Amino acid sequence: MRELSVSTITDTVAGMCEEANIYLGEDVSGALKRSLEIEESPTGQEVLKQLIDNLDIAKNEQIPICQDTGFAVFFVELGQEVHLSGGTLEEAINAGVKKGYTEGYLRKSIVKDPLYERKNTGDNTPAVIYTDIVPGDKVKISFAPKGGGSENMSAVKMLKPADGEEGLVDFVVNHVKAAGPNPCPPIVVGVGIGGTFDRVAVQAKKALFRPVGEPHPDSRYAGLEKKILSKINDLGVGPQGFGGRVFALAVHIETFPSHIASMAAAVNINCHACRHLEKVI
Amino acid sequence: MEPKKITAPLSDEDVLSLKAGDNVLISGVIYTARDAAHKKLIELMDQAEPLPIDLQGQIIYYVGPTPAKPGQVIGSAGPTTSGRMDAYTPKMLENGMKACIGKGLRNQAVKDALQEHKGLYLAAVGGAGALLSKKIKKCEVVAYPELGAEAIHRLEVEDFPATVINDAFGSDLYAEGAKAYAR
Repeated sequence: MRELSVSTITDTVAGMCEEANIYLGEDVSGALKRSLEIEESPTGQEVLKQLIDNLDIAKNEQIPICQDTGFAVFFVELGQEVHLSGGTLEEAINAGVKKGYTEGYLRKSIVKDPLYERKNTGDNTPAVIYTDIVPGDKVKISFAPKGGGSENMSAVKMLKPADGEEGLVDFVVNHVKAAGPNPCPPIVVGVGIGGTFDRVAVQAKKALFRPVGEPHPDSRYAGLEKKILSKINDLGVGPQGFGGRVFALAVHIETFPSHIASMAAAVNINCHACRHLEKVI
Repeated sequence: MEPKKITAPLSDEDVLSLKAGDNVLISGVIYTARDAAHKKLIELMDQAEPLPIDLQGQIIYYVGPTPAKPGQVIGSAGPTTSGRMDAYTPKMLENGMKACIGKGLRNQAVKDALQEHKGLYLAAVGGAGALLSKKIKKCEVVAYPELGAEAIHRLEVEDFPATVINDAFGSDLYAEGAKAYAR
């Protein structure tokens, strides 16, 4: 059994909150730079240039890439041979979020009661945390600060098995079309297929944690990702919705086994600031 | 196409000289307001009470910046989704506002009000908060400090980049832009 003090988790999480909000991963910045070569619209090119400049300014001036520094979302893989001492995993992560968002001058965007007072919690907690217990003695923490504007453009639909590939493609493309400029294109589209109503949404979220442009390991789904991406970009919505070739940078699909009666589908959209970071302790 | 330079606050002539798709660089004074500040302003209008800022000719920027670090004018300061302000925008235009800056779709009532009151809906690049913060030279809270990031701030901007989405003639870049590049 490996002993691990939860303070290590808190410190790691605090650092991740600051790092992810200021430095965009090379997967995403690379995709933005490549998209500049594809974009035909002058206004679209201007937008992409601003976005690329924005990343440099954020890095050089230590300013968050976007003012919406997000809901803190974590996927944690906790090795079952790890014994956490000094507190719980959830408390440790929330303490890290509080520290990172406060010391890092990040915006606190969480209100305690969703319907009535809507009073800000003041430290961006609580985080949304998904935990899997896995073999081994390591703790893998994946973090994404998820912006509200793109999160609002999400959907779950319980498709029928008979809807097939065509029904799924129509659902995703029509949904993304309706979202239009709202989720800050060029977007990354996370698609969940299978599982239950709740599970499929988690799969769509998980899809946004994959390095941008890395295809699904199953070639059929990799082909489907390409097909949906092409249909989305053919809509002509373009960067920021001003018209152009690059509406989406990537489509990522994550599947889960399905009930014989169902084919659940979910779309979770990320803006171009597809911030995600992983650390292994 | 070269961006057009405009100075805030705006006159009717400024508004009428711009069309959907024009890129502009804004200099001068603009004010911030998001959901909570709009709600308070509209309540005052409904009660015919004086407003904490004079709206005549003003540009309102939908933004909730990150906290400024010591030595910075403002933190990251990009636009938020405008659709949440749709319910308030016609009344803001009625009371003198000339333009608003945000990102994303507006409803028909807003587009109609822009025509009726000679107004503009502009978009800044969503998610370019670091870049846009550098165009803000001065920032002070002028109303509702208790709202934190949602307080009304007075901003002095220099060459702040934005694009006209909806003009005073009924044109809409979001509809026309996508149509031009769809295949």
